[in-house]
Amino acid sequence: MADSSATIQGAIPIPITVEFTGGLELLFGNERKHKVVLPPQLEDGSRPNISYLLKYLVDNLMKDQRKDMFIMEDNVRPGILVLINDADWELEGEETYELQQGDNIVFVSTLHGG
Amino acid sequence: MGSLEETCASLRAQITATEEQLAGLRRDLANAEQARSESATTTTAGNEHNDRNGQARRWPLLQEEYKRYGRQMIVSQVGLKGQLKLRSAKLLLVGAGGLGCPAAQYLAGAGVGTIGLIDGDTVEVSNLHRQVLHRTKNVGKYKVDSAIESLRELNPHPTYVAHRTHLTPDEAPAIFRNYDLILDCTDNPATRYLISDTAVLTGKPLVSASALRTEGQLMVLNNPPRAPGDKTGGPCYRCVFPKPPPADSVVSCADGGILGPVVGTMGVLQALEAIKVITAPDVGVADGAASVSRDPPALHVFSAYSSPLVRTIRLRSRRANCAVCSAEATVTVDTIKSGSTDYVFFCGSASIPSLLGPEERISAQEYHEKYPGVSEASPHTVIDVRDKGQFEICSLENSINIPISDILSSGYSKLQAADAEKQAPQLPSWLPSELGSESNPIYVVCRLGNDSQIVVKKMKELGLDQNGQRFIGDIRGGLRSWKEQVDPEWPEY
Repeated sequence: MADSSATIQGAIPIPITVEFTGGLELLFGNERKHKVVLPPQLEDGSRPNISYLLKYLVDNLMKDQRKDMFIMEDNVRPGILVLINDADWELEGEETYELQQGDNIVFVSTLHGG
Repeated sequence: MGSLEETCASLRAQITATEEQLAGLRRDLANAEQARSESATTTTAGNEHNDRNGQARRWPLLQEEYKRYGRQMIVSQVGLKGQLKLRSAKLLLVGAGGLGCPAAQYLAGAGVGTIGLIDGDTVEVSNLHRQVLHRTKNVGKYKVDSAIESLRELNPHPTYVAHRTHLTPDEAPAIFRNYDLILDCTDNPATRYLISDTAVLTGKPLVSASALRTEGQLMVLNNPPRAPGDKTGGPCYRCVFPKPPPADSVVSCADGGILGPVVGTMGVLQALEAIKVITAPDVGVADGAASVSRDPPALHVFSAYSSPLVRTIRLRSRRANCAVCSAEATVTVDTIKSGSTDYVFFCGSASIPSLLGPEERISAQEYHEKYPGVSEASPHTVIDVRDKGQFEICSLENSINIPISDILSSGYSKLQAADAEKQAPQLPSWLPSELGSESNPIYVVCRLGNDSQIVVKKMKELGLDQNGQRFIGDIRGGLRSWKEQVDPEWPEY
């Protein structure tokens, strides 16, 4: 970690934690917690943001073929909350939020039973 | 005949319930009269301390209430002030099931003055493992009546109001106006939006919870309850979830399962949050700025098999373009009552699949007649597509288990199947290899006869029916029909 702070921002990969709850874990091999390492920079020079992460998860981590249970119209489907470090993503800039090392991203599907 | 009997039973139940309610009202009246006569004598006796009976009369609660509520009154957050607020509070619980039962139990225990319960369902045996107010003897009775019967035994002081109906848009605003705070203890998105909208428009804080399998969620919404357009009000359900989830993604407790203590925890937490809202110190003018100590809006997520058990997430404030609580609101009491805000349309309904033609389906009875004994004489395969846990509870003899989740998550696509036409088909990983080569018929079965149709369709898309040479179909109505038509001893769960 000491090395990373000395390195120029963007030059090293970005390790983050991704968690799924509320039944979403069933779409991801029934695993709640995943360690993901994102590239520091994308081809267009930008840093990976939540939009990129969504696509990354669907392409690399999602086991279930029913993509629309997670993504609809290039965004999370209605009924899923995205949390960035335990705050609603709407407090952090939604899909444009650029991921930082050690970020914890949680996807929560709403429950309706009672 | 059946429906007449049902009518009679329902009327009898209503009469019993009304009689109980009447008895309750008499008790309430007696309590009130006692309190009045005590306060009257206190007034006439003035501050005389020599009146032996006068000792009790100067106190705002009954003797029995001091004893009953003493343990919570000496908790500094409640105190006498809080207890009096609880006694004058009117709470409505929408839903008397897994959430409503424990919530009502603790609220009645705590001495909330008026507790309304609204639910049109009757008690079923499958409710009893988690809906803790209902007793085995009350199966068939209205849940609200069964619940109130238990609550009265627990605490006769509160006034209990039974609404033996499901909450409807035309009645919701009038009902909500009689209460100070609403608890959403329901089980479907359409009702959740209706409750939240009505709570905002009638100015009531809302404690909302839900649960499924091993997880639960809890939010206090519209707190503080401010008029639409007032940004200092708490967010509503629509601020957090402006669009409902696709109906097909909504799973009920009946389909997904639920652990009693999980939904119980959520109901108890609802009672706790309701008590916190009611007994919160008044934000007086003297205190200066409003909302000094109010918790910021949050979602609490309970997960029985995670550590920590509860995680709290900060939520947004009111949404600037919310359809209900913003200045741009389009939903009003009138649009709710008139039905122009259509909750069923808004949330959609899960399509009950009718994917197969009659020639692709067989009734449980027909299947049983066709294959009465061991299948050696007429080889065929029965694929049970329920999940593993349900298959372990009970399964048909000689059936094999391939859960629908395995089948639908399989990467084997139509494209590969199309390529495969030229050569030997590449089989999907979930399919036992011997099944790919044989041409014996395949029958797919599930719990109710919905998933089985999806799987039959998928198998045909994959070409497993050998261009129509091989029969693939499902057992209509699933294992429920099997019990009804063939095997009455089949364990229905």
